[in-house]
Amino acid sequence: MATTLRAGARQAAGGQKRRRRGRGARRPNWLGGAAGWLWLLIVIVPIYWILITSFKTQSNYFMMNPLAPPAEPTLDNYRFVIEADFARYFINSVIVTLGAIVPAVLVSFMAAYAIVRAGDLWLLRSVNALFLMGLAIPLQAAIIPVYLIIIRLHLYDTLLAIILPSIAFAIPLSVLVLSNFIRDVPKELFDSMRVDGASEWATLWHLAFPLTRPALVTVSIYNGLAIWNGFLLPLILTQSPNQRTLPLALWTFQGQYSVNVPAVLASVVLTTLPILVLYVIGRRQLLSGLTAGFSK
Amino acid sequence: MALPALLFFVAFGVVPLLGVLLLSFTSWDGIGVIRPAGFDSWRAVLTDPGLPHALWVTFVVMALSWAVQTPLSLLLGVFLAGHQRYRELLAVLFFIPLLLSSAAIAITYKALLDPNFGLGAGLHLPLLTQDWLGEARLAMGVIIFVVSWQYIPFHTLIYQGAVRQIPRSMYEAAQLDGAGRVRMFFRITLPQLKYTIITSSTLMVVGSLVFFDLIFVLTEGGPGDATRVLALDMYKRGFQANLMGQASAIAVILVLVGLTLALLLRRIGGGGSSASQLEGV
Repeated sequence: MATTLRAGARQAAGGQKRRRRGRGARRPNWLGGAAGWLWLLIVIVPIYWILITSFKTQSNYFMMNPLAPPAEPTLDNYRFVIEADFARYFINSVIVTLGAIVPAVLVSFMAAYAIVRAGDLWLLRSVNALFLMGLAIPLQAAIIPVYLIIIRLHLYDTLLAIILPSIAFAIPLSVLVLSNFIRDVPKELFDSMRVDGASEWATLWHLAFPLTRPALVTVSIYNGLAIWNGFLLPLILTQSPNQRTLPLALWTFQGQYSVNVPAVLASVVLTTLPILVLYVIGRRQLLSGLTAGFSK
Repeated sequence: MALPALLFFVAFGVVPLLGVLLLSFTSWDGIGVIRPAGFDSWRAVLTDPGLPHALWVTFVVMALSWAVQTPLSLLLGVFLAGHQRYRELLAVLFFIPLLLSSAAIAITYKALLDPNFGLGAGLHLPLLTQDWLGEARLAMGVIIFVVSWQYIPFHTLIYQGAVRQIPRSMYEAAQLDGAGRVRMFFRITLPQLKYTIITSSTLMVVGSLVFFDLIFVLTEGGPGDATRVLALDMYKRGFQANLMGQASAIAVILVLVGLTLALLLRRIGGGGSSASQLEGV
């Protein structure tokens, strides 16, 4: 994480070394190489299979060598999936993901700022401790009371029912990552803002926010992917087809058309496509976001 | 300024976690009235042979997936931290599983491993043509494999980042002393990665408690109860058998197991500089 989070100090120390030719250049690491290529094969074969099969006709799928490219490629599977209302599920997933990460990241940022700037207050210290505890507990265990609360709020079977707990579940890690980052902002910058007569609120948005941008992106990616791919909350808190998000739609679609493997795999491709596009655009950003807080 | 985050977290995190303890002393079918029921749910859960079984299955998934993932991620992380020319290309493809949802992965493998229409049958490979999800041991093996397929890239990424931060001068000094690659790995790389190993292991272990979606879609706990882990047991008791009291008791057990493991691993880590990382778990 430090590559993004503690960017300043450590990268200055490590960056120069990193740029030099690595160990592998001189002496090949045979064992690592073999494992690398073997694992790559294990990763690639299923993905390749998903892709080619999604372009096969159903009869073609049963007849042909499964690893051979389609004899007569067809887009019918994709048409079928899109006609099965996947556009709606896609929009639902976008609403849920954006609707959850934007507020989650904003409130986490504000909390992180408060915790760092007034870290000595016992009140904020205990708030921080509470968030940290949330990291050690599998929050999924709280799903039954969450279900009860959502029912009592009359939110059952709405997208908001997924959004609200998603925000809460995203907060602990976001606060941790963001507060680590804000802590590295030089104190002098805050002091000079104060000397200039800026309020804490102004300092928050005009100084801390722009400086924290890399960490904000990191946290958004990490939580965004988790929410986009989330399954348990939509499964438990929604019911009608209108409120389905993509992972849940995948599952029901597969339940309905399990014999039509090419169509099922086309649905897998379609639901992953947006993430794949993001991956192609900003691979580094995405990968560093994925390990938010964990890669030392 | 911390208030909005606190409110959200209390409403949908703290209150539910306390609420689940309360609910475990009630009887509720998920729709009707919630009635106090004393220790009924706990008695039912604790005397049910399904509980030790679910705990055992959870433990097996945890231990095996850890044992498979750790050495492989470590090896791959060290390898990818190097500077081979083709590494970039390799890395692009390597991390794709991270982008897929558990549901998508489970659905893919379900089709891929189908004994009649899957990869094995299509290629006429008897070794691959087995009733993968219909036989207890095989199904467990499949879950371990698919979990590894999904998460090894993530842990590889963590190790890769950590290996790159090991000062190169350490290796240069060892090289001057005539140390070989294997020796350098055990004398320098491994000790330097100590905290990373603990962080990654903690993530694997605590994370394995909530492999819900993958197992749910892949086997639904089957065949029979062979892959019914705690999280799945909670879901089935609560949302399929409508026994929310019992499901809440299982949830409490899940929380206790998670906390115990996190604390245990933290102790192994020995506090100090690892504390800040472990807090990230």
